[in-house]
Formats: sequence, C-alpha cells, structure tokens
Amino acid sequence: MGITVEGASKRFGDFQALNDVSIEVPNGSLTALLGPSGSGKSTLLRAIAGLETLDGGRVLIDDEDVSTKPVQKREVGFVFQHYAAFKHMTVFENVGFGLKIRKWDKTKVADRVHELLQLVQLGGLADRYPSQLSGGQRQRMALARALAVQPQVLLLDEPFGALDAKVRKDLRTWLRQLHEEMHVTTIFVTHDQEEAMDVAEQLVVMNEGRVEQSGSADDLYENPANEFVMSFVGEVNRIGDAYVRPHDMEVVLDADERTQEGMVQRIVALGFEIRVEFVLADGTEIWAQLTRPELQRLELREGQIAYLRPVQAKSFNGSSPSSDHGASTPPVAPDEGDAEKPAAV
Amino acid sequence: MEAHAADRPVSSRAGIRLPGFGTGLGRGTVVLYLSLIVLLPLAALVDQSLEGGLSTFWTQVTSPQALASLKLTVVCSLIVVVINAFFGTIIAWLLVRDQFPGKSVVNAVIDLPFALPTIVASLVLIELYGAHSPFGIDIALTRAAIVVALLFVTLPFVVRAVQPLLIEMDREMEEAAASLGASGFTIFRRIIFPNLLPGLAAGVALAFARALGEYGSVLLFAGGLPNTQVSSVFIASQIENGQNTGAAAVSVVLLLAAMVMLGLITLIQRWSSKHERSPGAGAGGLTVMPMSGEDYTEKGEDDEVR
Amino acid sequence: MRSASSTRSRWGLRALGLGYLTLLLLAPLVAIFYKTFEHGLAPPLDAITSPDGLHALKLSLLMVAIAVPLNTIFGVGCALLLVRHKWKGNAVIDAVINLPFAISPVVIGLSLFLLYGTKGWLGPTLAENGIEILFSVPGMVLASIFVSVPFVVRETVPVLQEIGTEQEQAASTLGANAWQTFRRITLPSIRWGVAYGVVLSTARVLGEFGAVSIVSGSRSGETETLPLFVKKAFDNFEFPAAYGASVLLAVLALSTLLAMNVLKRKEDA
Repeated sequence: MGITVEGASKRFGDFQALNDVSIEVPNGSLTALLGPSGSGKSTLLRAIAGLETLDGGRVLIDDEDVSTKPVQKREVGFVFQHYAAFKHMTVFENVGFGLKIRKWDKTKVADRVHELLQLVQLGGLADRYPSQLSGGQRQRMALARALAVQPQVLLLDEPFGALDAKVRKDLRTWLRQLHEEMHVTTIFVTHDQEEAMDVAEQLVVMNEGRVEQSGSADDLYENPANEFVMSFVGEVNRIGDAYVRPHDMEVVLDADERTQEGMVQRIVALGFEIRVEFVLADGTEIWAQLTRPELQRLELREGQIAYLRPVQAKSFNGSSPSSDHGASTPPVAPDEGDAEKPAAV
Repeated sequence: MEAHAADRPVSSRAGIRLPGFGTGLGRGTVVLYLSLIVLLPLAALVDQSLEGGLSTFWTQVTSPQALASLKLTVVCSLIVVVINAFFGTIIAWLLVRDQFPGKSVVNAVIDLPFALPTIVASLVLIELYGAHSPFGIDIALTRAAIVVALLFVTLPFVVRAVQPLLIEMDREMEEAAASLGASGFTIFRRIIFPNLLPGLAAGVALAFARALGEYGSVLLFAGGLPNTQVSSVFIASQIENGQNTGAAAVSVVLLLAAMVMLGLITLIQRWSSKHERSPGAGAGGLTVMPMSGEDYTEKGEDDEVR
Repeated sequence: MRSASSTRSRWGLRALGLGYLTLLLLAPLVAIFYKTFEHGLAPPLDAITSPDGLHALKLSLLMVAIAVPLNTIFGVGCALLLVRHKWKGNAVIDAVINLPFAISPVVIGLSLFLLYGTKGWLGPTLAENGIEILFSVPGMVLASIFVSVPFVVRETVPVLQEIGTEQEQAASTLGANAWQTFRRITLPSIRWGVAYGVVLSTARVLGEFGAVSIVSGSRSGETETLPLFVKKAFDNFEFPAAYGASVLLAVLALSTLLAMNVLKRKEDA
C-alpha cells in the first residue's frame, strides 16, 4: 500500500504547518519523516492518518484518494509518542480493542491477541494494566494494538521519544526487525537523525512546513541539497561559504597553501573518536574529528598551533533552503599536487 | 509535575513548621478545635438519640411519620441524583468540549446554587414554578417541588466533579480508538465514560448526601405538608414539639447515611489513584478532599524520561 | 470527523444540556435579576432599613466577621499540618473536616441545641457562669463556624501539595526561620487558594439557614439573621420585606459568584 501526498497544506491560525508538501512512500517501505520541532512532520503524519484535515492537497493510499475519508475508515495503525494506552483496560483488552469493535468472535480475538503479545514479547502480561508496565512495554503494547487489525499502513509519531536512551535503541532495532518480518508500509516521525538513519530506508527531511530533501541516508549525507539538510543529518563546520564535515577536516603540523592556521582550544575524548576544537585566525570556531591513533601521532596539546585542511567541502550558492544540490568540491588526497584547487577555505 | 518527590511529606524536623508552634502543639490545636466545633455536638446528638436505649431509638425511627419522611427523602434523592448524573455529565461535556457564545457565563452560573442561600432559592423557585409562574407551571407544595429544589442545589456537585476529569482526559486515547475504527459513540461508551466514572460516582455520592439533608430550599417551596415532608423538615418539627429524642434518632440516621457517602467517596478516590490518575483528577475541585499524608505517587517503575 | 450525524448529535446535546440549565439555573438567575430591578432599589432598601431588617443584616455580617477569620486561620494551619506532616490521624482529621459538607443543617442545629441546652453536657455549666449559648448570638456563631469549617482547608490543601516543599527548603538554606518562610514564601503562594476558600466560607455563612434557625429560636430583632428574616417575613405574608431581603442576599450571592470566578482564574494561573 503505497502512500502519496500531493501538495498538502495546513495552517493552524497564523501558523503554516504544511506548505505544499508532496511525498511518495513506496509500498512496504520504512520511511522516516525527520526534522526539528515545528517542521510539520507530525502534522503530515496525522494528515495521512486522518487525524488532521488538510486545507489543500490530497492524500492517496494505494492510489485511492482518502482525503475525505474519516480516520476510522482509513485502516491505518497509529502509535503515539505517549502511548495513548487505554488506562482502564488490561493489556489484553487494549490489544483486542480494534477486533472487539469489529465484532470478532471471542476465541478468534483471544488467539490473535496472544499471537501479537508473543510477537511484541509481552507474553505473560495480558492481564496487567498499562500503569503496571514500563514505558517500553507500553509502547510495544501500543504497537501490538495497532497491528491487531492488520492495517494497510503503520504510522508512528515519535514512538520512542518518551523513553530512555537505552530502551530507545533497543526498540529501534526491534522495529526494524519487525518491519522486515511484516513488510507493512511504515512511516515514522522523529527529530533524531541517528534514529532515522539507523532504521529507515527512506528519509524525508522537513523544515518549516516544507520538504527539504528525501532519499536514502547515504544520499542525504553525501549529497545534501542545502545547508539545512547537511547540518541536520550530520555534524558540520562552516568556514566562510563552505561546509566541512569534522571528519573531513585534516589536521597537519606544517602549513601549506591549502591550510589554515588554527589554535587548539580543547581536546575532548569521546571513546575512540576525539573531538579537537580549534579557533582560526579570524575567530571562527571549528572542530575536527580525529581517531586516537591520529591524535597520538600529532601529539596535539591545548594552545598549540596546527594547520587545518578540508579534504572535502560543500558550498551552496544563495542560502535559500530549497535550492538545488550545492556545488561540492571533489576530495583531494593529502599529498596530491595542486591540480585542483579546493573551494575557498 | 515533577514536584511529586518534593511533596512527599517530610519528617517534622525538615518540614515547614507552623510558625511559633511545634507540630505536636499544632496538631493538638487542630484536634481540639475540631472536637469542640464538630465532634462534641455530634456526640451529644448520638447520646440523645440513644436516651431510652436502642428499642426507643428504633421505635422513633420507625414511627409512621418518621418512616414516611425517610422514604420520601431517599426516593426523591435517588431520583434527583440519577437525573443530575445524566444532565450533569452532558453539561460538563458541553463546557469542556463545545464552544458556544456565553460559555464562560454559563460556566460561572453553575456555581449559583453554591453561592445562593437556600431560603432564597426556595423563594425564587416559588416565583418561577409556583402560583404566579410565568411558565404556567405550578408545582409548589407538591412532591415535584422537592425534586426540583434538590435538582437545583445538587447540580453543581456533579458538573464540578466531572469537569476536571474531562479536562484532563488524554485526547490521544480517543484518537487511538478512532484509528482503530471506533465511532464517536463507541469512543464515548468505551473510552471516555469509563474514565469519567470515578468523578461521576464521587459527585453523585456527595450530591446524594446533600440531597438527603437539604432543608432551606425545600422548606418554602414544597412546604411541610404531610405528603411533602422530607426528613429534615420532620426533624425540625419534632424539635419544635419538644420531641428531642425522636428528632435525634432520625438525625442519627441521616448522619450515618452522610458518613457512608463520605466513606464511599474516599474509597472511590483510593481506587482511582491506584489506576494511575494524576492527583488533579478524581480530587476535582469542590467535590472531594485530596488525601493528605498519603502517597499519591504509586507509579510503576518506569523507564520513562519526561 | 465531521459528519452530518455528529453535527446532529452535537445540537441534540446542546439542546438537552442548555435547555436543562435554562430551566433550572438560568431562569432562577434571571428571576433574581428581574426581582432586583423590578421596582427599583426601594423594596430591598425598605426591607433592610426597618429596625428588624437592619438588625438582621448586622447580625449576618457579624456571623461572617467571626466565623470566617477563625476558620481561615484554622484552615491554613490545618492544611499545612495535613500536607507537610505525615501522621496516622490525618485521615481521621480529613474525614471530620468533610462532615459539615454532608450533614444536614438541621442535624447540625439539633446537635448544638442538645449540647448546649439545659439538659446538655455543656449547657448547665456555661449557664451557671452566665454564658448563654442557645437562643443568642454565641450559639449562632458556633453554628456558623460548624458549617463553614471545610472550605479554606479544602481549597488550600491542593495548592500546598502542588507547590511542593522545594521553595521552602531553599528559603531555609538561605537562612529564613519558620515564620519568615511562612510569611514570605508559603503564604504568597497559597493566597489565591485561601482567598477562594474565604469567599466560599463567606457565602456559606451568609446563606446559612437551617442550623442557625434551630439554635437561635429566630427571635426578630435579636437572634435573626437575614435568611431567618426572610423566612419570618414570608410566613407573615410580608412579601415585600421577604423579597427585598432575598434580593439583598441574592446580590451578595452574585458578588460571591463573581469573586469566585475571578479567583478561580487567578488560582489556575
């Protein structure tokens, strides 16, 4: 069941939440809507579900225009950030709710509920109340509940946002595995780019009610369309007009015509990777990502002067976010000659 | 509301002290005050009712007039709470979920029966639904008058008990139910109503207690005729006739009923806070008293980060 | 989610709910207003400027002036105790405080009547010392206090619970003693709750009828509050006086309502 959104627009009072948004979600895929708060990603998700009505544009599920269909009829499974558990019902009753109102036979309901509880690893907890479950368990229950009625589409609104970091990581993996087993077209909303890149096949980056770029994680990382996407899906240093990833920042001890002078301000060890913060002659603060061996080889110290050279940089002409792919400079191997001049650094 | 840890009661050494008092002295004063003002008179009442022993108590309570008044009072009160449970819920719904011009005025007016002296209510009801009724409805001095007066004074209890629960209700539960295919009515029946029930029950219990004992509003409007004499009016007439024991006996019956209702409300509150309700809900405004010194925070161990 | 049937049910609900409200609450409200201005201000003024009326008004205000401050001080102190200090007896105190809500005013009046009567436990002793409780002002004051005990406590407790102890603890670390902390930190943060409770108590005391009527014997010009005045006037077919005093009470009630709403908003803010 592929999903298509064409020209969706929605405003809340003075605030334009969605501005002519169009996306394509292939059948059976796992797509992430990624963006900061207020980017419109939740609004878009809810519009697909039918929990919000669009001012303009339309939503197609499996090539059928569902824009005027109420949420009850769209057969979408929806999972909320704060679980929306039916507090007054047991886990069993929660998961079986959709089936019960479809007047399924009692034994069939029980079978299906238990099957799903096994699937989400909540096997023995059918008689508990949501208040007796942990956050992670509640979210799994919510998923089971949404899947029980065999929806065409599964929509998750920041599903792991209310959970601890560790639980979040576990559930993330688990969601991906679930998707591989069940192949339901799934869209989930997140502001965490690491989560999006870890789980999704396709990412749609949104900002201020517009789609900035969509593509695979690699696409977005290697070929960002603009500054926003580049800085959202990874770390970035800005030097003048150029944007350089910290791991593309080479540190050497001797100057040459491609290097800039910088003073080491701070060295932070984050496990295997080291973050070295520099301040350039003109006051710009940038940081380079080095490995431990590299750091040891250079023997850097705070206050020391070193020289920085971008291996690869991108620049985006004009700073409008929806511009086409920016110009990027091809990688220059460290000891190559100066056949190709990199963009101004 | 991360103040939960903070409002877990601290030992008296660390906690705020009554300025100038130690905790012991403070407690003693409170207990003395309550005993003097509330408990001692009630004890005297019970004492008087038992003057002459249990058999006299029983005879007094089951005398034809006493019994008739009790029956009338209970029946009318039951009718009234059922009607107000229905309408009170609807009104609370309209106030929380609906938008219409003048809503804030309506919201304010709900408290009118709380603010208006009962004797004035009686007069106003006579004006409207008595001999000179502009609507042409004359029910003064009838049993219907009892019901209408009681409806008037008990409506706020139900509305104000249900309102906070509606306000606090997690809308996402309703959206989740809709996404699973539930229609509007189903959502109300299976999701919204069960979550309102504790507040509604508490409101009804308090309304019932109030209705049983209501005096001023019923007095003039329904009068104290033999077939419209509620227990409170009966008790008053007994006092006028010097029948203190008889009055006390029936009073004790009403007192016991009131205490049972209060006990019920406490039970409802305890039950609902076990099912993970925030302290705001279930302890709505004017109906029930938040349990002090009790641990509200009975959340299960949660790995949630809020 | 907007369908024809849901619009219909919406209007159906409105008809039911607002219709009921109109008949039960709005009509009385309008009637009160109407009566107030029907013949101008003359009737109420006449009613209360008669000697009996004036006395009734003064007595009512006296009840408020004594009962409300007492219950306010008690209320705040009790709330502090209940919320900040765990004790097994707290549940009992809770229960006793709730009693005046649920007990009939007639029962309250009777219990006072019995306690302080000639055959009561306290009556004779007090009489020997020249203190008359029943059929005079002290008894009425006791009745007024009884019926208004719960309000300030109940409104203060949730506010105290919500603000928590952190601010008070911070004040202590900065050197404030118990009184300073109370006056500068605690009191300001609970003031709207307390104010709301005070308004409710005042309304309750002003409107109290049953208990006071039994305890006072309702002697005009001596032990008659405004509500009692209304009843007696009505019984004597002195309708202008009865309605006049009612209007006065109603106006006070509406002011109370107004104050309640203003304070509720401040409390929620």
